[in-house]
Amino acid sequence: MSQDIHDWGVAETASQIAAKHVSAVEVAQHMLQRSQQLADNGAFLSLQVESTLAQARAADAQIESGAKLPLLGVPIAHKDVFVTRDWPTTAGSRMLSGYMSPFDASVVQRLAEQGVVTLGKTNCDEFAMGSANENSAYGVARNPWDASRVPGGSSGGSAVAVAARMVAGATGTDTGGSIRQPAAFCGITGIKPTYGRCSRYGMVAYASSLDQAGPMARSAEDCAWLLEAMMGPDLDRDSTSLDVPVPSLRAHLEDPREGADVQKPLQGLRIGLPKEFFAEGCRADVLSAVKAGLAELEKLGATLVDVSLPLTELAIPAYYIIAPAEASSNLSRFDGVRYGHRADHFEDLVDMYVQSRSQGFGPEVQRRILTGTYVLSHGYYDAYYLKAQRIRRLIAQDFQKAFATCDVIAGPVAPTVAWALGEKSNDPVSQYLADIFTLPASLSGLPGMSVPVGLGEHGLPVGLQLIGNYLDERTLLHTAHHLQAVTDWHLQQPQGAKV
Amino acid sequence: MSESPLVQGYEVVIGFETHAQLSTQSKIFSRAAIAFGAEPNTQACAVDMALPGVLPVMNRAAVERAIQFGLAVGSHISPVSVFARKNYFYPDLPKGYQISQFETPVVQGGEVAFYVGDRLHKVRLVRAHLEEDAGKSLHENFESMSGIDLNRAGTPLLEIVTEPDMRSSQEAVAYAKELHKIVTWIGICDGNMQEGNFRCDANVSVRRPGQALGTRREIKNLNSFRNMQQAIDYEVSWQIDQLEDGHAIEQATVLFNPDTGETRAMRSKEDSADYRYFPDPDLPPLVIEPEWVSEVQAALPELPRAMAQRWVEEYAIPEYDATTLTQSQEMGAYFESAARACGQAKAVSNWMMGELLRRLNAQEIEIQQAPVGALVLAALIQRITDGTLSNNAARQVFDVLWQQGPQGPQSEPLSQVDAVIEAKGLKQVSDTGAIEAMIDEVLAANVDNVAQYKAGKEKAFNALVGQVMKLAKGKANPQVVNALLKKKLDAD
Repeated sequence: MSQDIHDWGVAETASQIAAKHVSAVEVAQHMLQRSQQLADNGAFLSLQVESTLAQARAADAQIESGAKLPLLGVPIAHKDVFVTRDWPTTAGSRMLSGYMSPFDASVVQRLAEQGVVTLGKTNCDEFAMGSANENSAYGVARNPWDASRVPGGSSGGSAVAVAARMVAGATGTDTGGSIRQPAAFCGITGIKPTYGRCSRYGMVAYASSLDQAGPMARSAEDCAWLLEAMMGPDLDRDSTSLDVPVPSLRAHLEDPREGADVQKPLQGLRIGLPKEFFAEGCRADVLSAVKAGLAELEKLGATLVDVSLPLTELAIPAYYIIAPAEASSNLSRFDGVRYGHRADHFEDLVDMYVQSRSQGFGPEVQRRILTGTYVLSHGYYDAYYLKAQRIRRLIAQDFQKAFATCDVIAGPVAPTVAWALGEKSNDPVSQYLADIFTLPASLSGLPGMSVPVGLGEHGLPVGLQLIGNYLDERTLLHTAHHLQAVTDWHLQQPQGAKV
Repeated sequence: MSESPLVQGYEVVIGFETHAQLSTQSKIFSRAAIAFGAEPNTQACAVDMALPGVLPVMNRAAVERAIQFGLAVGSHISPVSVFARKNYFYPDLPKGYQISQFETPVVQGGEVAFYVGDRLHKVRLVRAHLEEDAGKSLHENFESMSGIDLNRAGTPLLEIVTEPDMRSSQEAVAYAKELHKIVTWIGICDGNMQEGNFRCDANVSVRRPGQALGTRREIKNLNSFRNMQQAIDYEVSWQIDQLEDGHAIEQATVLFNPDTGETRAMRSKEDSADYRYFPDPDLPPLVIEPEWVSEVQAALPELPRAMAQRWVEEYAIPEYDATTLTQSQEMGAYFESAARACGQAKAVSNWMMGELLRRLNAQEIEIQQAPVGALVLAALIQRITDGTLSNNAARQVFDVLWQQGPQGPQSEPLSQVDAVIEAKGLKQVSDTGAIEAMIDEVLAANVDNVAQYKAGKEKAFNALVGQVMKLAKGKANPQVVNALLKKKLDAD
């Protein structure tokens, strides 16, 4: 390989370090330096050179002592909603400015056990609420394809860091599309596994029944490496963690599907296209890129079938009731009593709450807390929360009907490419509407993935969304890997990565 | 209910909500230890402090205790129950919500039965649900600030809710005592009321007989049986006074002040919060397999009511005694082991009801601390039965045994008792030869009495018995004296 260190993917970095072609410290130093150079893109909220180098030195020592771990020495960035002992965790909020957690999130710990070195903490929408990363209390993150555009959100910082090659892979969280949509906007690959696959312990909660961690990287293969390390039961710490074994995601990615021949490795794969995902709400440039991706999949042997997810539109109101309801309760702990922001001046206890929370939370978080409080209130609960839960169940049932005739569902991740910074920041509802294609899988707890399929308007990336059935992350990764084996969309470099 | 006592023509209606702290090692949703009196915030982990990112994990031991309780009171154990969040802000509530059960509690229905006097009462239970306790706000010793102690936050509670089935403060207290007996008997709660481990809220209303339920006021945190009775009595007369003066009762939460003996409203219904209950998305529904219920059932001890019933049938002791002696597992075990050892259940019951309980109450100690153990009491009763001791002498022996305390395991109960009898010279004379000799002496010296007896004066016989006992220094077996004296007098 004649590439620079920062062009290596996760798997490549791991093998270069394992082969001692480069040390973990050299890789870490290179990536830290590059991240500092590119700091204007707002990807990182905290870089601590010494903490990262200490972990890299420890990785090198392990390599010297003959340790074999799949990700030994590979630097990874964590979205700032994962609590970390050695880096502050803010969740993009003023409320948690400078907050130091006494423990690492389970996902962080699992990755560390596989040898990962933490490069830093990435920018995100405050408490993961947003689709443009403009709700961060610490400034916007900029899309490496066009610095005047949003990177998507809420895992915007992770997407930028990966796309700008500041790091080979990063963790993200996805509640309503927060991994898939920024991955699509920044032209990288991201996967949200089945709800319960990754422990939520140590993830600052937004909407508990929807929040799910996942990896973001530049290829499906790299996502497989990271996701395999991140997943797994954590029954002692997360009651919603699934008690199912972790399948091998990395192994046999190259193999054709069972019974398929090497020329047509996806033979037998039925890809369902929900007609609601290809309706007029989706922009033409996005549709044509998505169709180009689907055409490649057909060439690989897959067959396309029509399916229907009739309640797709209702996913928006259902999500924007359920998620704020849970958020309003989850964020009650930020009361200025034990940690976090406390107002300097207040009259009494209630005023302390009011001042601290009004100062600590940004407008979108306050909006969702108010919405959530309202829909849970006496007299409104049945009309909003219960009805939304019913819709949620129906949407999940519709997916099961669709999966009776297909193995994977495909469509766009978002109706448009990345919009301009500030364009929608005063119009929350238009941002909510843009979540339409990612919300159904979130509400159903299904695994979903974003894979780059070329460029749309203004030369901005478009993501193909693949949705799998429960626990079937493997089919998503396998399908995406074969697509990436015959296309180079995922290899294209944005302007913002060229330093 | 027609027999319920009226107060100034009003019927009293009482329902209870009791918070029993479950005797688990660790908290209901975290692994932090539970112990009373630890330094503030030393028994609170990240979960109890609601740090960012933490999640609750159900403590199986708390569920098991809820199942035990449900089975003990004949409830339905719900195969699926749901944890819900009760949302409100308070500094000692770290998450800003309490995890409780709302629509679907784990224990549903059931009943608690108890005696008031000789009348059996039954109070129906609505439900019992699992929930976590809050922390404590400390308002002293912090200048213009409050301190927060989260040691208690997350302590498992079982909230036990009754129907409004009680009709007097006596009944209410009897219910609370019976409930207290049940939870301590099956060991799910230590019952310590001072430490707040068993606290009762009483919902009290009054009405004219036959009318619809009156508006209730809830008396919070009654932490002794004495306060309970006083508080309810005060509240009842306060409500009747209000109604008699033409005022309506407004729903309210009140506190009882033991110093003044009065209840005082702390908040009215208008102030009551909207708790925005909704199912906790961090906890899947609690599923209890029937096998688990069967296992708990099999391990459940015999319950006090069943044990008392069995004693009445098996040992023919009075219902009242049986109920009294099944106050605790330990007392029940004391009775059974003494009764088995001496075969004189009735005598054991009499001794326990009299000498033993009197001394326990006077010294305020538990039966486990009684200086006279069950087997020593059995030995003492054995010495009465075999004629060695009169009842009077036995009481003296018991007193000595009580004073000297347990004699160690190597000391045989019978030899302990015998040693006291020996030392005190309390051995009863039953030897007919010796008694006959004394009778002869008495008859010779009391010719008048003999003549009176023969003339039909029964009283003279008692005088003669008294003389014989006096001569024997009280140690003659009175039955033997009676029999021999009668025989001698009637033979002449």
